[in-house]
Amino acid sequence: MKGNEALAEAAIRAGCKCFFGYPITPQTELSAYMAKRMHKEGGVFLQAESEIAAINMVLGAASTGVRAMTSSSSPGISLKSEGISYIAGSDVPAVIINVQRGGPGLGGIQPSQADYWQATKALGHGDFQLLVYAPCSVQEMVDMVVKAFDTADKYRMPAMILADGLLGQMMEPVQFPEIKANSIDKSSWAANGHGNKREHHIINSLYINATDLEEQVIERYKRYDIIKETETDAELYLTEDADIVVCAYGATARVVKSAVNTARAEGVKVGMFRPKTLWPFPVKELNQASQKASKLLCVEMSMGQMIDDVKLAINCSKPVSFFGRTGGVIPTPDEVLEQIKSL
Amino acid sequence: MKKITIVTGHYGTGKTNYSVNLALEAARTGEPVTIVDLDIVNPYFRTADFGSLFAEHGVTMITPDYANSNVDIPVLNFDLERIASDPGYLIVDVGGDDAGATALGRYAEAFAQYGEQLDMLYVINCYRYLTSTPQEALEMLYEIEQASHMKHTGIVNNSNLGSETTAAHIESSLPFARELARQAGLPLLYTTYDDRLSPSGVGLHPVHVHVRPIWD
Repeated sequence: MKGNEALAEAAIRAGCKCFFGYPITPQTELSAYMAKRMHKEGGVFLQAESEIAAINMVLGAASTGVRAMTSSSSPGISLKSEGISYIAGSDVPAVIINVQRGGPGLGGIQPSQADYWQATKALGHGDFQLLVYAPCSVQEMVDMVVKAFDTADKYRMPAMILADGLLGQMMEPVQFPEIKANSIDKSSWAANGHGNKREHHIINSLYINATDLEEQVIERYKRYDIIKETETDAELYLTEDADIVVCAYGATARVVKSAVNTARAEGVKVGMFRPKTLWPFPVKELNQASQKASKLLCVEMSMGQMIDDVKLAINCSKPVSFFGRTGGVIPTPDEVLEQIKSL
Repeated sequence: MKKITIVTGHYGTGKTNYSVNLALEAARTGEPVTIVDLDIVNPYFRTADFGSLFAEHGVTMITPDYANSNVDIPVLNFDLERIASDPGYLIVDVGGDDAGATALGRYAEAFAQYGEQLDMLYVINCYRYLTSTPQEALEMLYEIEQASHMKHTGIVNNSNLGSETTAAHIESSLPFARELARQAGLPLLYTTYDDRLSPSGVGLHPVHVHVRPIWD
């Protein structure tokens, strides 16, 4: 399947009942797939009048307890940021997909990873985080959509799949996992009609008293602490004896893996650390991966964004260099190999 | 004699890889070959990626000016009718599914004059989700014909699972291809296979895999 289609099909199978979207390259096949399939599955597909409308529809649908999703690409995600902040502030679960393209501004339609900071640090105003998953294959796109819905439900918060145009547009074989029925009980908060049998539920992100808002934010951060402890995930590839650890995520990690294999064949002790969750960042896993390493290299399709989290995770205890291509240019395995050898 | 082959199918069936093979095979016989990238849908993984390969083999490649650029507009800024009237072999790689075939509809009338000199081949991949049964593949075939105002003349079975394809995958796709050809009332030209594999069966045709990710 094509990456964008796999994201959509995985969402349907995960029980997504509402999809609100607005077309933008390179994620449009996702919306087109939803338009074709959603009504057959008893769900709702709606092409909204704008990205802003779509994200607010997600907030509305998610408030009733149904699984809701939207997708876009970089400029469209910026438009959604206000709504994402409202979703976080309302403590409702939702899934947002970003098939990244080049930026800033209208940028370009070729693949990019320049929205790392936005996704992990600044996707909307206010004190909040969202879960950020970074797939590196079409199969992981499927697995992570399912995981994103489950985890978003568990912690009542928004989750993002941070993909890129290359993954969205590529074809790879996939297998769909047996999906368990969603067992999370939302009856304590879902605003889905009280039928005169209970107090009505209110989904809201406005707090009149500062102390009430502070209390709510602190409660949310307690959940974030649990997430940082329990929800990190990473792939450690040939890191046990590695003197150099290359850090990369998403499609870039596929390029890096290829370069690591070539370097290993030439006798260079190099491994790869690939975070699968970008928030929470896999701090423990990186420290484990770089135990024997004397230096690290961060490779991104950006001017260097994840590198900050890499340095923080190891407390700047080792030198971390950077190699990146940006604006829609994909680094080649040869370029990465050259960087590894030059260290 | 003038010959035209139009290649259609769902995106991800391997149309572009098949078109590239078709062009290089024809070029090897010494005839002048032109390949046209008519994809106005997909900005990634397309014929326009193979410019240097075509140049090496003396194949003329014609692509929209904006192919592989950041300009996301569906514009065909070349004169396909004139190109079609030039002597030699013309291959037209059409964009995915009925949306891609819409661009072809613009030329349906002009192409009608070529009669039996023109083939329109429907490329199928039974391992591709949504066209994995003969019925689904047939529906897409009709959707493409409706959008392009043209009729297919043959089917190419290009069933594959990318780099995970085995000889057994090729072999077990044969009944699917035959059944689709029967239901569509069209000849099954052949079943393609990655030239590194050795599947057994009748009507097999080797292709080289040119379309692959950067890390392979």
